[in-house]
Amino acid sequence: MNGKDFRLELANFWVAVGAFALGALMAVMQALSRADVPLAFRSEKIYYLSVTAHGVLMALVFTTFFIMALGLGFTRAALGRIWCEGWAWASFWVALFGTLMTTVAILSGTSTVLYTFYPPLQAHPAFYIGATLLVVGSWIWCGVMITSAMGWRKEHPGKPLPLAIHGLLATVIVWILATIGLAVEVLGMLIPWSLGWVETIDPILARTFFWWFGHPLTYFWLLPAYVIWYTVLPRVAGGRLFSDPLARMVFVLFVLFSTPVGLHHQFSDPGIDSSWKLAHTFTTYVILFPSLVTAFTVIASLEVAGRIRGARGLFDWIPKLPWRDPLFASIALSMLTFAFGGFGGAINAAYAMNTMVHNTAWIMGHFHLTVGTAVALTFMGVSYWLLPRWTGRELVGRPFATFQPYLWFVGMAIFGGINHLTGILGMPRRVYSATYLGSEVAARWEVWTDLSAFGGILLFLSSLLYLGVLVATMFFGKPIEQAPIRFAVPLEGPPTTTGIWDRLGRWSVVAVVLIAVAYWQPIAHLLSLERFGSLPFRPF
Amino acid sequence: MKVDLYEKIWIAAAAVMIAGFLSAMAYGAGKHAVHPPSHIETIDPVTVRTSSEFARPRVETAADGSVLVVSVVEMFRFVPEVIRVPAGVPVRFRMTSPDVIHGFQVVGTNANVMVVPGYVSDFTITFPRPGEYLIVCNEYCGLSHHFMQGRLVVEGAAAE
Repeated sequence: MNGKDFRLELANFWVAVGAFALGALMAVMQALSRADVPLAFRSEKIYYLSVTAHGVLMALVFTTFFIMALGLGFTRAALGRIWCEGWAWASFWVALFGTLMTTVAILSGTSTVLYTFYPPLQAHPAFYIGATLLVVGSWIWCGVMITSAMGWRKEHPGKPLPLAIHGLLATVIVWILATIGLAVEVLGMLIPWSLGWVETIDPILARTFFWWFGHPLTYFWLLPAYVIWYTVLPRVAGGRLFSDPLARMVFVLFVLFSTPVGLHHQFSDPGIDSSWKLAHTFTTYVILFPSLVTAFTVIASLEVAGRIRGARGLFDWIPKLPWRDPLFASIALSMLTFAFGGFGGAINAAYAMNTMVHNTAWIMGHFHLTVGTAVALTFMGVSYWLLPRWTGRELVGRPFATFQPYLWFVGMAIFGGINHLTGILGMPRRVYSATYLGSEVAARWEVWTDLSAFGGILLFLSSLLYLGVLVATMFFGKPIEQAPIRFAVPLEGPPTTTGIWDRLGRWSVVAVVLIAVAYWQPIAHLLSLERFGSLPFRPF
Repeated sequence: MKVDLYEKIWIAAAAVMIAGFLSAMAYGAGKHAVHPPSHIETIDPVTVRTSSEFARPRVETAADGSVLVVSVVEMFRFVPEVIRVPAGVPVRFRMTSPDVIHGFQVVGTNANVMVVPGYVSDFTITFPRPGEYLIVCNEYCGLSHHFMQGRLVVEGAAAE
């Protein structure tokens, strides 16, 4: 066994980082554009193209490749090896090929449909086919993850999976359940329609399948971050994991409730009965619960760390934590941001309040706090921790790595906070310019959009620091002994027997039933209507 | 499964909070019939401009004073562009799109609905405060998306 060979992890990791770099470049231009800064190359065409590229590269490519790298790396560390490593390489190449195809389709200007790609806006077929291959690649990765976990179980009968693998398997299950909806939309509707095999498409049916996928997608991003919070953070902080069984329960609850919630993205849509929207509101609120449990367990683990470091008082464990450690700082700031993002999410999902924020800048502010910080900043922090372990090179520019998360946090507090505010003031999301021919109410947004552009610049500078540290480490880092990837130990010691929360297979069956209950009626009702499809439009 | 006492208290508090949120929404929906716009009616997008209802976008006042707005939302305009309605009176909107998905959002009010080709959006809302409101499209619909705008003029005295 060659324990020092992490080429597989690094390949996935660097594609993720490359997508992040391109996505960040697109982002800073959009922030400046929204503030009506007269850039030389600023145009409607470039703006909406870059919104599409930023969304796809950040939300779909950066996250998916990073999660694949993390999943493989943690499997190798926690289970000793990766079963079917050849298939993992196949997954990488298929996903990379698909990503390149979609990226070229976007940059060519023929697929400016944004990352939600709602029909009857129609992209080039390569956009949909490339995205499909990215997902097919991730499915192969899912197979590798499941095979590895089952292989380990066979070799260790009766023993519970390490918590990190339990959480990653939950991620895999959520992803498989989510992408069923996407597969129906893309394979069953969008690809045949974009190739001209069928003439028309039903936009509401497509949106319903999209959001079947779109909401659990956010948990596909979040759960690996939770895995890091539970299994890496307490150890780096110098403490123990407060509760192992509750963490296992949390991941199971996400398997159950991540998917039957999508209609809360369609509150304002015609064609769907309000009683089903209300039902999905209920399940959406249930999913707040595991995050609240996570908040307690993770913070309690940090208190344990502070006390091990000698704290005695009520709050003096907080300053005792390693705030100068890049991983710790990134995750602590991620969690702080997520507290606000989470409550914002509860407002989005509120049956009646949603109308005040639907499709406004608020929504953009919301997901920049959640996926854009809680998830992305956690991934950045863990990059500083993983890269030396994977390359055997010392982190270059550690002070920059320490400063970077704080800069990101401040930039996002400004950018995200202001977008929440301008959203409440009524500014729509995804507009090239928000001046509305000198409208009085739009003029009130202006000073705020200027300030949010400033936040965007701070975020861009933070991105440059992140990229600079990684590239410098990869090429110029001093060779060091590779430290092993080791996980936090629970306060009560590692579990020795399996419990009810370890039966992920059975819980998946329950999850499928919940999805069937949540979606059967709304979709059957849509199909029973006399529906008139839409012809394609390409107004870009 | 052993759970720490403080964690038990936290879990109970979290459950109570979530139950509270849900009760508030169930109360609003059940008692006061607060629902998001969820009308179910289909229409052929190709024939919107020639259909008996949508060929003539308009604002109509019925004998009982209630108002009906029939509107076509298309690339890249709202028809009619200016909508005049009285304050404090229920206004029923019927809207559809002959092309792509648009959003109809009256800034500063609770009117915020998706307008989807193939479907009719139908909802009723009362504007209590007179004044001029900006209407924006809040769903990306093409390169001139940000040029899509209209005006809602709410006339008369302020209602309760």
